[in-house]
Amino acid sequence: MRLQIPIAIGFLAGFFMLVQFFVPHQFFQQSYLELFDWVKIIGAFALVLGLGSLFRTHIDKIRNRRPDHIYSFVTLISFAVMFVFGIVYGVKPHTSFDWLFKNVQTPLEATVFSLLAFFMASAAYRTFRARSVEATLLLTVAVIVMLGRVPISDYVSFVDFHEASEWIMSVPGMAAKRGILLGVALGVVATALRILLGIERSHLGGGGGGSS
Amino acid sequence: MLPPMAMWEKLLYFDRRIIFLIIAVAVLVPFLTGWMLPQGKITATTQHLFDAIEALPPRTPVMISFDYSPSSMPEIQPMALALAHHILSRNLRLVAVTLVVTGPQMADAAIMPVAEKLGKQEGVDWVNLGFKTGGAVLVTQMGEDIKRAYPADARGNSTQNLPVMAGVHNYDDIGLIIDLASSAAPGTWIVYAHDPYDIKLAAGVTGVMAADYYPFLQTGQMMGLLNGLKGAAEYEYLVGQTGFGLLGMSAQSVAHLLIILFVILGNIGYFTSGRHRRQQR
Repeated sequence: MRLQIPIAIGFLAGFFMLVQFFVPHQFFQQSYLELFDWVKIIGAFALVLGLGSLFRTHIDKIRNRRPDHIYSFVTLISFAVMFVFGIVYGVKPHTSFDWLFKNVQTPLEATVFSLLAFFMASAAYRTFRARSVEATLLLTVAVIVMLGRVPISDYVSFVDFHEASEWIMSVPGMAAKRGILLGVALGVVATALRILLGIERSHLGGGGGGSS
Repeated sequence: MLPPMAMWEKLLYFDRRIIFLIIAVAVLVPFLTGWMLPQGKITATTQHLFDAIEALPPRTPVMISFDYSPSSMPEIQPMALALAHHILSRNLRLVAVTLVVTGPQMADAAIMPVAEKLGKQEGVDWVNLGFKTGGAVLVTQMGEDIKRAYPADARGNSTQNLPVMAGVHNYDDIGLIIDLASSAAPGTWIVYAHDPYDIKLAAGVTGVMAADYYPFLQTGQMMGLLNGLKGAAEYEYLVGQTGFGLLGMSAQSVAHLLIILFVILGNIGYFTSGRHRRQQR
């Protein structure tokens, strides 16, 4: 029953959404809107579940003295501080929560992201080699796109890097991307059908894939 | 003195900390000195978005979805500031929403200084509707009834009574939706807002994400795209507001040139040291 009931709920909900798409009757339209409210409520519960999972993971890490468990302390303390300030003073502009967000979270996140520039430069120097025809092609294209993304290339008169970069992005780049998108879309349809028919069950827990 | 071959070989083992230091100096100097390169050509996708906003009649609501977190602020916040300036200075209404939990703060950080500068009033000229769970469902629900999806704004004011929301029922009443994102959110807006409701949609994304959205520009599912910091700089230039985008392009120019130089040096070292022959064997 632990499997059958969720599969039945999934099938009924999915089947209803399929039917309502093709039937413009008022009952279906109203129910469709009602279901949206349900999904948002379930989404809010999912956030609570996520928090529970976060707590369990980090408390386990601290309890078992796993490597780097000091960072779990930092996570839990940071969470507690933001939670208390958010609950007590609210999350509107000019509150303590807002101050912490602007002056702690924002610079921390931006710092981590900006480290990418350093690693990219180092990686480009060490690994971007013209080892084969394909690698040389990739390297050449990367250089053209990089030059096309900055105004300094406009000072070069013999090649229009801006136009060349746009052409690469909107012709060969787009063709490759479209192929990937079509593949992903077909995969999504197939997975949706498998879930609807109860073949794919990994989302119900237990880590197992679908039975075929 | 080392023979030329050994010198190039040595290049391959260049200390990465020196590379880090060179990049840090190259990025910091333009910011500290305020050195700015003249803005070059404007990308067509940026121009299309600018023109679309220019064509909207006064008081038309424009919706911006702030779907990014502070980690992407350096690239996307300049776009948000320039767009907010353009929308509010043209006397259009600005409706901010978000599909990500950090979005409401991003929206406030972009809109509040611009609104204050232009003397625009919250609740009358702009509103931050805040974050709701649901993602695709929220986007679809707004297509049916925005005030049902958002009964109150981020401050708790009822959307039924806000002058900025007067006459705004669903996407039919919105002139344009712009998704500023560092995630796959533009895909959600394309599938659940543009396609079923035929609303005009544009996006502003980080440079590494831009290639993902070119297919949607070609099909017309998106009418404009701001591509990374370059897109932000171009938009600042178009609205006549010099900000972090234009300033950042100098730093990005130097950084890109340096990375290209590193790639060239690395390859010279690779070929002159005979490594390529050893690897081919």
